[in-house]
Amino acid sequence: MIVVKNLIKEFEGRMVLDDISTTFDRGAVNMIIGKSGSGKTVFLKCLIGLIKPSSGAILYDNENFLSMKSKEVKQLRRYMGVLFQGSALFDSKTVLENVMFPLDMFSRKNKRERQKRAEFCLERVNLSDAIDLYPSEISGGMMKRAAIARAIALNPKYLFCDEPNSGLDPKTAQLIDELIYDITKDFNMTTVVVSHDMNSVMNIGDHVIFFNEGIKEWDGTKSEVMNSDNQALNDFVFASDLFKKIKEADEIIAEKEEERVK
Amino acid sequence: MSITGFFENVGSYTLLMKRVLTIPDRMREFFKDYFQEMYKLGVNSIWIVVIISFFIGAVIVMQIALNIASPMLPRFTVGAVSREIILLEFSSTIMCLILAGKVGSNISSEIGTMRITEQVDALDIMGVNSANYLIFPKITAFVSFMPVLVVFSMFMGIFGGYMICIFTGTPTVDTYVFGIQSFFREKLIWYSIVKSMLFGFIISSVSAYFGYSVKGGALDVGRASTDSVVINSVLILATDLVFTQLVLG
Repeated sequence: MIVVKNLIKEFEGRMVLDDISTTFDRGAVNMIIGKSGSGKTVFLKCLIGLIKPSSGAILYDNENFLSMKSKEVKQLRRYMGVLFQGSALFDSKTVLENVMFPLDMFSRKNKRERQKRAEFCLERVNLSDAIDLYPSEISGGMMKRAAIARAIALNPKYLFCDEPNSGLDPKTAQLIDELIYDITKDFNMTTVVVSHDMNSVMNIGDHVIFFNEGIKEWDGTKSEVMNSDNQALNDFVFASDLFKKIKEADEIIAEKEEERVK
Repeated sequence: MSITGFFENVGSYTLLMKRVLTIPDRMREFFKDYFQEMYKLGVNSIWIVVIISFFIGAVIVMQIALNIASPMLPRFTVGAVSREIILLEFSSTIMCLILAGKVGSNISSEIGTMRITEQVDALDIMGVNSANYLIFPKITAFVSFMPVLVVFSMFMGIFGGYMICIFTGTPTVDTYVFGIQSFFREKLIWYSIVKSMLFGFIISSVSAYFGYSVKGGALDVGRASTDSVVINSVLILATDLVFTQLVLG
């Protein structure tokens, strides 16, 4: 479980994150949504320690990440898997070598066991037939899947995904979403996903947090998203025609149901 | 660059080197990368060292032969002076200026690209000391391969002069060889090797610093690459001056 308390981040006097407090439960996919520039990626980078917050606390299983010594941070990071927006696979290594990398660096297993584990992770993301290819030789969706395999190689407790389906076609995006969801449930991880894709939210979001101009404007479940009376959230969610029509259809069905009952 | 900018860069470079010059997390991974970098940065530079040294060595002998055509000076002076120039300055300093372009831009653009594509962040998130993992093998491989490049350069420079003597006969081959052997001091070879290793450290570490501190996109990687070559060249020349005064002065 991750607990965030009163997190503030300022860049040269400009408030990017303003007093954010929330909890991310284990075994749940926690979605952070919001417009571009709303502070969600900065928030994610604060969570994983790439950006130092101005104040506040981030508790990983009750241990404050921000007051940890560098050795403890290093230790904790071995339990973190991160899927970057651009996948961040190492260009000079094959897909298999990329997945084996964290095992090579931190696992005490022998080479055969490490390779077996990497192959298992690649099989889990349906990428067994691309193990000898380099990142430049595979598609965007395959790169994301390889990055997920690398992220789960060390059995992390926490999985962080930054825009996991950006730049992907809808079908591949859905596959990636389902993969993240299944992995979270299978390995009982605390997963935090930053996205502005409402399809993802409705597909896999157990807990949804809406950011607006650096403020946590709303949080709830995906079923509550559609019926919220928060204006900023509604503006964001129903910016898409599809969701507008879904809402209208829902309202018509509800009216008809009411009439039928009467 | 402003004065504050200069000191900021010196400070950041020192802090980066503090992270780089530590014992690697996994020696097995380090040695794997060390030999790969030695091949990429060192072995792949041999051909340019060989070609440039051969032609510059030949031109040095031609120029000296043309410019000291005085009856007051014995002809073997051509060989002796050419050898001093090649051993003392050309094979170490000039060669390193050329390598600053080839190897320096390679290192800064490679690390810079890794930085902007979040590969460096990925390493940090895994709990790997990214500075040590990426930069240390490059520095150690390049510095340890520098003596090989310098010896190649010395040999090819002198050989280039030898070929000119065969083709033009000015001076004759025997006179040139006599000149090369005259007043020879072994110390100069070691001086040149040590100096080039120092330059190797400057080239690899400064280029890595520029690559590692890239922020932005592809344009910034290009800018970092150019800056690293310029700063490396200035540092090599300044260090050459100080080192020569300290050792030979």
